[in-house]
Amino acid sequence: MRFVKRMNYLQDIQLFKYHSTIGWYLILITAFLAAPLVMGTYWVSLLILIGINIIVALGLNLVTGYTGQVSLGHAAFFAVGAYTSAVLTGKFGVSFWLALPASGVVGALVGIVVGLPALRLKGLYLAIATMGFGFIIEEIIVQWEPITNGVNGLSIKRPSLAAFSLASDKHFYYLVFPIVLLSVLVLKNLLRTSSGRAFLAIRDSETAAESMGINLAVYKTAAFCISAFYTGIAGALFAHFMRFIGPENFTILESISFLVMILVGGLGSVHGSVFGAVFITFLPEGISLSKDYLPTFIGQQAGLQAAVYGLVLLLFIRFEPLGLYGRWLKIKFYFENFPFYKKDTFRKVRKFHRTQKQ
Amino acid sequence: MFIQQVINGLAMGCIYGLVALGFVLIYKATEIINFGQGDLMMIGAFLAFTCVNFLHLPFLLSLLIALVLMGFLGKIIDRFVLRPLVGEPAFAMVMATIAIGILLRSLGGMIWGYDTYKFSAGITDVPVRIGSWAVSSVNLWIMAITVLLIIVLYFFFNKTKAGVSMEAASQNQLAAYLMGIGVKKVFSNIWGISAMVAAVAGILLTPIQFLNYNMGFIGLKAFPAAVLGGFGSIPGAIVGGIIIGISESLAGIYLPRGFKEVFAWVILILVLMIRPEGLFGIHQKKRV
Repeated sequence: MRFVKRMNYLQDIQLFKYHSTIGWYLILITAFLAAPLVMGTYWVSLLILIGINIIVALGLNLVTGYTGQVSLGHAAFFAVGAYTSAVLTGKFGVSFWLALPASGVVGALVGIVVGLPALRLKGLYLAIATMGFGFIIEEIIVQWEPITNGVNGLSIKRPSLAAFSLASDKHFYYLVFPIVLLSVLVLKNLLRTSSGRAFLAIRDSETAAESMGINLAVYKTAAFCISAFYTGIAGALFAHFMRFIGPENFTILESISFLVMILVGGLGSVHGSVFGAVFITFLPEGISLSKDYLPTFIGQQAGLQAAVYGLVLLLFIRFEPLGLYGRWLKIKFYFENFPFYKKDTFRKVRKFHRTQKQ
Repeated sequence: MFIQQVINGLAMGCIYGLVALGFVLIYKATEIINFGQGDLMMIGAFLAFTCVNFLHLPFLLSLLIALVLMGFLGKIIDRFVLRPLVGEPAFAMVMATIAIGILLRSLGGMIWGYDTYKFSAGITDVPVRIGSWAVSSVNLWIMAITVLLIIVLYFFFNKTKAGVSMEAASQNQLAAYLMGIGVKKVFSNIWGISAMVAAVAGILLTPIQFLNYNMGFIGLKAFPAAVLGGFGSIPGAIVGGIIIGISESLAGIYLPRGFKEVFAWVILILVLMIRPEGLFGIHQKKRV
C-alpha cells in the first residue's frame, strides 16, 4: 500500500497521483511510438482505428459520462467532421492541415445547434432528440448530392506533410497517435478545471448544480460543443484513413456502437474511453478470427457479430456497470490492500425510490 | 390524390400509434423507454408468418399463438433483463433495451434469414368504394383493428382490477406496493401486454411493408409519435401516431425528395423545442 502525504489541496487534482505513474506512461508512449516498427500493416491499421475510436470515446464520455447527457446522435458529428474534411480537401483543394481543425470547428458548431434545444430536455428525451438529429443528418448526406455525392460516397486522399507523404498506414499512424495523445491530455486537464467540475456537478444533480451557481445552459452547450469538436476531428481522421466514405458509415448503429464503447470501457473515465475503444475495435476482429473454431452452426451465422455485441452489452450493464475500467480498479484495489480485501467493498448500493409523479 | 394520401397516412399512422402505445405502456408503468419495441414488432410478425406459411395454421389461430408467445417473450425480457436492473440509472436501462433490440434483430436474422418476405396477414387487398373515393381494404382493416384495440385497452385499464392496479403502479409505485399490489407482477404483465401490442402492430404492418429482419427500424419512428402525444398518454400515442403518419405521407408528395424519410424527426425536434410535454402530456416538475 502506498500513502501520499497531502500537503495542499492542489494535490487532489494533479494529473498523476504518484510520480512513478509518469514513468510508466512514458514507457507506454515510447512503446506505442515504436509499435509500427515491429508490427505488421494489419495491426498498425487496427491501432489507427483504435486511436480514432479513442478520440470519439473521449468526446462522448465528456457529454455522456461526465455531464450526464445521453447522446444517440454522435455518428452525426462524426459524419459532419468526415464530410467537412473530405469536401474541403477534395472539392476545394484546401490543405488537410487546415481542413482537420475546420472539421472540428464545423462539428462543434453543429454541436451547439444540437446542444441548444437539448437544454430544455431531460435524460431520455434528449436521447430521442439526438437520435432524430442523427437521422436528419444522415438524410441530408444522402440528398445533398452536389456536395456529398449522395449514396455513392466520396473518395479521399491521404494527406502529406511537406514532402513527406502519409499515404501508408505506418506513416498515417504517426499522424493519429499525437492527436490521440493531445486529446487525452486536453480532456484530462479540462476535467481538472472548474468547468470540468461543473460538468460533474451537472451529471450528479442538475438542481444542486444550478443552486451552486452553475449556468446549466452554458455548460451543457459547452459539453456538446467540445464533444462534437472531438468527434468531428475523429471523423476527419476516419475519412482520410478509410479513403472512402458514404452515408452507410454514419447510421444509428454507429451511434449505438459509440455508446457501447464508453459503456463497456467505463462511463466517466478517460481510461475507460481507451479500454472501450480497444475493445470495440478488437471485437469484430476477434469474432472473425474465432469463427473457424466455433461449431459451423454458430460460426457461419451472419448475425453473429450483432448478437455477441448485444450480449456483451447486456452482460456489462448487468454485472459490471462501471465497465472494464471499473474492473481494473477493483483488481488493483484487491492487490493494493492484499490481505484486507473484503467481499462487500464494492457492493452496489441501489436507490429504489423514483421521481414522484404529480 | 390528397384524400388518398391522407388515408394511406392514417393507416401508417395507426401502426406508428400502436408501436408508440407499446412504449407508452412500459414508460408509464416502469419509467423505462424500450428502444427494442420495433424489434419486438418484427418478432411478432415473423411468428405469425411462420405459423401461417410453414405450419399451415389458419390465420386467426396463428395470430393467437403469436400473441401468446409474444406475451411470454415480454415477460421473459422483464424478468431476466430489466428486473435485475431496477434501481440502476436510466442510462443503463436505455442501453439494456437497445441491447435487447440488437439481440432480437440478430436472432430474427438467424432464425428467419435475411430475405424479404411477402405476408398478407389474412387480409386481402381489394379497393372499397366509399362515395367517390376508392380506399384499400387493408387500410380500413388497420384502422378498425387499431380502434378495437384501443377500446379493449381502455376498458382493461379503467374497468378491470388488473388494469386499475397497473394504473396505480404507474402513478405511484410505492403507494401501490403498500396497497398490496404486486408491483413485480404488474411490471411483468405490462411487458407482456406491450409485446402483444407490438405483435399486433407488426402483423398489421405486413400488408403495407414487406417482412424483413430489419423492419424494427420502422418502430423508431414511433418515438416522434409518442413524444408528440406526450410520453405517458395512451390517447396521445395514437393521435401522435396518426398526425405523424398523415404529415409524413403528405410530405412525400408536396415537399422535395428526402423529406418523407425525416419528416417525423423534424416534427419531433420542433415539438421538443416548442412544447416538450407534447399534446396530451402533463408538465412534470421534479421535487427535490
